[in-house]
Amino acid sequence: MIVINGTPHEIAITDPRRSLLDHLRTDAGLHGPKKGCDQGGCGACTVLLDGRRVLACLTLAAQADGRTVTTVEGVGRDGDLDPLQEAFINHDGFQCGYCTPGQVCSAIGMADEVARGVPSRVSPEIGAASFDLSPDEIRERMSGNLCRCGAYNGIVAAIEETYVGGPR
Amino acid sequence: MKPFTYQRADDVASAVAAAATTPGAVYLGGGTNLVDLMRQNIERPAALVDISRLPARIEIGTDGRLRIPAAATNTDVAADPVVRRDFRIIAEAIVNGASGQIRNMATVGGNLMQRTRCLYFYDAGAHCNKREPGSGCDAVDGHNRMHAVLGASPHCMATHPSDLAVALAALDARVHLAGPAGQRTVELRDLHRLPGDTPHVEHTLEPGELITTVSVPAPPAEARSAYRKVRERASYAFALVSVAALLEVRDGTVVSARLALGGVAAKPWRAASAEAVLTGAPATRASFERAADVALADARPLTHNGFKIPLMRRVIVSTLEELS
Amino acid sequence: MNADPVVGRAVPRRDGPAKVSGAAAFTAEVPVEGTAHAKLVCSTVAAGEITGIDLTEARSAPGVVAIMTHHNAPAMRIAPLLITLRGASFTRAPVMQDARIRWNGQPVAIVVAETPEQADHAASLVRVSYALAEARLVFDDLKAGAPQPDHVQGEAPAVMIGDAEAALRAADTRVDQVYRTPWHTHCAIEPHATTVAWHDDRSLTMWDATQAITHSQATLAEVFSLDLENIRVVSQFVGGAFGNKMMWSHQILCAAAARLAQRPVRLVLSRSDVFRVTGGRTRTEQRVALGARADGTLTALIHEATTTTGISDGFAEQCTFPARVLYGADTFGIDQRVVELHTPANSSMRAPGESVGSFALECAIDELAEQLDVDPLDLRTRFEPAAHPTTGKPFSARHLLEAYRLGAERFGWAERSSAPRSRRDGPWWIGQGVATATYPYTRMPGGRASVTVSADGHATVRTAAHEMGMGTATVQAQYAADHLGLPLDRVHFEYGDSRHPAAVPAGGSAQTVSIIASVVAATRALTAELLRLTSSDSPLAGAGTDDVELRDGGIYLRDGGAGQSWPDILRRAGRDELTGEGAASPPTETAQHAMHSFGVQFCEVRVHDVTGEVRVSRWLGMFDTGRIINPRTATSQFRGAIVMGIGSALSEETIFDERTGRVLNATLAEYHVPVHADIPPIEVAWLGHPDPLAPMAGKGVGEVGMVGVAAAVANAVYNATGRRIRDLPITPDKVLGL
Ligand SMILES: Cc1cc2nc3c(=O)[nH]c(=O)nc-3n(C[C@H](O)[C@H](O)[C@H](O)COP(=O)(O)OP(=O)(O)OC[C@H]3O[C@@H](n4cnc5c(N)ncnc54)[C@H](O)[C@@H]3O)c2cc1C
Ligand code: SF4
Ligand code: FES
Ligand code: FES
Repeated sequence: MIVINGTPHEIAITDPRRSLLDHLRTDAGLHGPKKGCDQGGCGACTVLLDGRRVLACLTLAAQADGRTVTTVEGVGRDGDLDPLQEAFINHDGFQCGYCTPGQVCSAIGMADEVARGVPSRVSPEIGAASFDLSPDEIRERMSGNLCRCGAYNGIVAAIEETYVGGPR
Repeated sequence: MKPFTYQRADDVASAVAAAATTPGAVYLGGGTNLVDLMRQNIERPAALVDISRLPARIEIGTDGRLRIPAAATNTDVAADPVVRRDFRIIAEAIVNGASGQIRNMATVGGNLMQRTRCLYFYDAGAHCNKREPGSGCDAVDGHNRMHAVLGASPHCMATHPSDLAVALAALDARVHLAGPAGQRTVELRDLHRLPGDTPHVEHTLEPGELITTVSVPAPPAEARSAYRKVRERASYAFALVSVAALLEVRDGTVVSARLALGGVAAKPWRAASAEAVLTGAPATRASFERAADVALADARPLTHNGFKIPLMRRVIVSTLEELS
Repeated sequence: MNADPVVGRAVPRRDGPAKVSGAAAFTAEVPVEGTAHAKLVCSTVAAGEITGIDLTEARSAPGVVAIMTHHNAPAMRIAPLLITLRGASFTRAPVMQDARIRWNGQPVAIVVAETPEQADHAASLVRVSYALAEARLVFDDLKAGAPQPDHVQGEAPAVMIGDAEAALRAADTRVDQVYRTPWHTHCAIEPHATTVAWHDDRSLTMWDATQAITHSQATLAEVFSLDLENIRVVSQFVGGAFGNKMMWSHQILCAAAARLAQRPVRLVLSRSDVFRVTGGRTRTEQRVALGARADGTLTALIHEATTTTGISDGFAEQCTFPARVLYGADTFGIDQRVVELHTPANSSMRAPGESVGSFALECAIDELAEQLDVDPLDLRTRFEPAAHPTTGKPFSARHLLEAYRLGAERFGWAERSSAPRSRRDGPWWIGQGVATATYPYTRMPGGRASVTVSADGHATVRTAAHEMGMGTATVQAQYAADHLGLPLDRVHFEYGDSRHPAAVPAGGSAQTVSIIASVVAATRALTAELLRLTSSDSPLAGAGTDDVELRDGGIYLRDGGAGQSWPDILRRAGRDELTGEGAASPPTETAQHAMHSFGVQFCEVRVHDVTGEVRVSRWLGMFDTGRIINPRTATSQFRGAIVMGIGSALSEETIFDERTGRVLNATLAEYHVPVHADIPPIEVAWLGHPDPLAPMAGKGVGEVGMVGVAAAVANAVYNATGRRIRDLPITPDKVLGL
């Protein structure tokens, strides 16, 4: 069983080869998670697995058994967009929109990592008790999500507005 | 991807038993390397034993060693307060690798056991002795910019891609194993093998052996340490070269030094000869340059990767200077 | 017209909520009943013949529905080239018609199975043997004899004015250098995806991630000998394209396989297939030689470029176009050559030619400035021509000097230290660089659109155009709202389906203006129809289209005269809605004038003293592209192009093994497009002076933003370190000279 966006799904994984990504996109009918490379190189398939951001393309569906998965479809509340999603629109944090669901899920997972004290490569002091979400930190921590349309500035601004309060 | 069966193990004993009794079984950690290679038809296991949910609590053992279970995720290791305080190059190396998502999935065992990123190894259409023993090596006269300058053989010149392993090598880590024949421990520096004429044999694990834990002795209290990685893309890229260094300096003299090099060999390369040169030497640029020269004395360039030798030299010297 | 125009406003994207919530369905996600899944088997050699294909194992793999090879593929005609505007292909290579191999990665079989996993696995069991032929692969060995192409994007391959070599020899100051750029791959994050369902032997629907709906439809008609109206091509959202999502072999194979399998077939290219089956941007080798007099006049401008194509076409990348347009010189020696290689066809990739061509030209200008000890921006102002320097045509609008001036002020160019290696922050050397950008204005002939007004007061514009992230739907609704005199929320824009009037491909930064021109024509037709419907007691009775204007949801006599609302006209005529359709006027505006977008790129880089790593720390692009319809989407377009330019400057290179012609780094892990951490805040600004000859006074914005970027970075790296890198990408080893 996988709990997807709050709803338990009994899964009959007939083929162990099925990735979590294909399971979500085909069996569960959620095409928010995108397939950009199927090899861990782009981040378009990012979902939250037990609250942590992971790549659904390199996760076997069987590995998600007994866990909760949140896709971009489950990010907003009561049919409304999450403030982060609104901020993506306001800052034009996308063009074609193909990387966007992955960027959104990744940003949510990233903010949680910062809150939990996970350091990054650019953290001024790796042993610090807490980390600021500076633009440099956002850029480094979001680097696993490629955007070929180059909407990076808008994405960073949207994340800053949502989690830091106001873009620079 | 070739069809396979999947089972999950909840403890070490059942994992080892499952692997021993299922023909063609291999362990599955986070899957970030294995699943990718299976999809490329490079790895074709008949069965997977998922060990990603084995207990993963990081702790300091009674012997004072840091004990990292193999199933711990890279993120959890990097975020651990003790790791960040007393073993900081472990955290630094981890956050210099891959991406946030991959680090959340990747296990410590899988990171050490991940396979090379040699482009010919990854392309089922190319000749590769590592993939198909005896088929030749397309990298010898091909594109070998990312390849090894130390410890390579004419049969294979691939590098080991891990950042974490370089830091662990510098810290004298040990790898604890469980297998059908029981438990044993190997030094991390003996875990990986140089290619010689058997590049397909990459490590010293016996069939069915599982890495259960990596343990690390506390580094000298006075030592300063750093992990430095060079790459053209600012993030989410493997190293051109990397250096993990610990340096203990007292009154201008090097008391102890540890130096491990990444991106240059089929294993994290511990530069013991350079450490010997440094120990007792004045902590000056001249000493560091001498140490770098010694570390790289046996380095041999291929057609496209000659730059790695002087680049590595620069990074060694500047890292040691920074630590002194 | 709108009393309160929406053109020029930063309206949010119409598809925003759908895209941020995952609701937008891209091509591979459109449900089609009964779909089977396909996987390509591709050649692992570059040239030769297939001598055998063993399907025994593959056929017996679970789930296999059908396998097609050249033995059982139907006869298919050659796909028409994009440049002919009758198709959307970059190559005339036959698709699975013979045993011949033309490049490494050419599809040799397509396997159809019930699930993607099964198709994948079965494809891995297909065994193909080849007889190798000698392949043309080593550029350096072949470039010497490279012939001139018939044309370069419709222009002459060479332009000789005066004796440039003699002028160069006689010049007081000379720069004569060779610049190189590697192969590039588009790397849209959405891989190519196609689903084909045949309805009977003569009709089909293809859902395709394409930037050329109408031209894909035409291609299928030609290839399968079908009637155009029996082919429907649907492409609602496209996950990035950048010139690559045209017609390649995979759509044709998917259609043929669906016919063979007798059911709908979906083919999503794997990432490595994207690299190997479709073509990217050619590598280039370019000589730029400049001769100048002491007073700073350019006496010679020589730009010779050699590019590559595949064995059966592709096109000559227009590297020398900036050199034909940007600077006045006494003599010109411009020449292009093309080497045919056993590689995928060369295809258009964002700012084809201009981006890599400007790298050579704009670095050479920087080198000349240094030799003359003149500020590189000042030097460019001295070369500013009064008219198009190689055709003599007047420019419709060119405000480059103003862009230089305003850009320099905004960037703080005056504070730059001209001496290399003179600014440092810790281990980082800091440098600044500048380069000019230009891109031709084009409007492709052939676009159509329809405009429908309904009795409830809404208008719907329809055309078979594409939304790949440029904001087409938003921008066109803005334009139509003003043109029709309606509030924005009463205008719908429907696109992405060949059932709508035919559109031009999204390319050459031409889609926006082309659609606008066709909306103008459609509105005119609609107005004429509406006037015909008015009754004799209407204030509009007897009025012609030139006597009226559209405003306030209706038609009114000019100059504030009386009129009628559309709903009123429709209701009285007993109609629910009315549609006008029209074809864009022929693009005659370029007949007498040179029309180009311009811009100038300023950047600051930091170069690590020890490692040679280069990081871009600041960017300003100042553009002269006519009127901007939507500042928000235009800003993103400019920024996106600059990001791609930074990638080409620092990290992007498609590596071919010259022995086998195989793309080696055919993954997003190894082909390094820029990540978040590579990209600083990018400031963009524009002059906004209308181009009097362009429809809506605007020129394209999608590509000019990439031009000059790599040169600006290289010039900044020189300023930081004193090292000239003439060979992209600018990697640490080159920076350190290792
Ligand atoms: C795009 C991309 C970029 C990357 N960049 C970097 C980088 O910059 N630096 C870096 O260091 N890494 C990088 N990685 C690699 C990544 O760190 C590894 O894939 C990851 O660490 C592997 O861990 P895993 O748990 O996912 O291993 P898996 O993929 O599950 O397994 C890998 C191998 O280890 C074996 N294995 C797993 N656990 C055990 C065990 N306990 N005992 C014995 N054998 C075991 C498996 O059988 C398999 O052979 C990158 C990966 C990707 C996809
Ligand atoms: S270097 Fe090693 S891994 Fe790479 S092709 Fe040669 S044998 Fe294979
Ligand atoms: S699709 Fe998973 S990382 Fe690209
Ligand atoms: S919006 Fe197109 S890839 Fe990010």
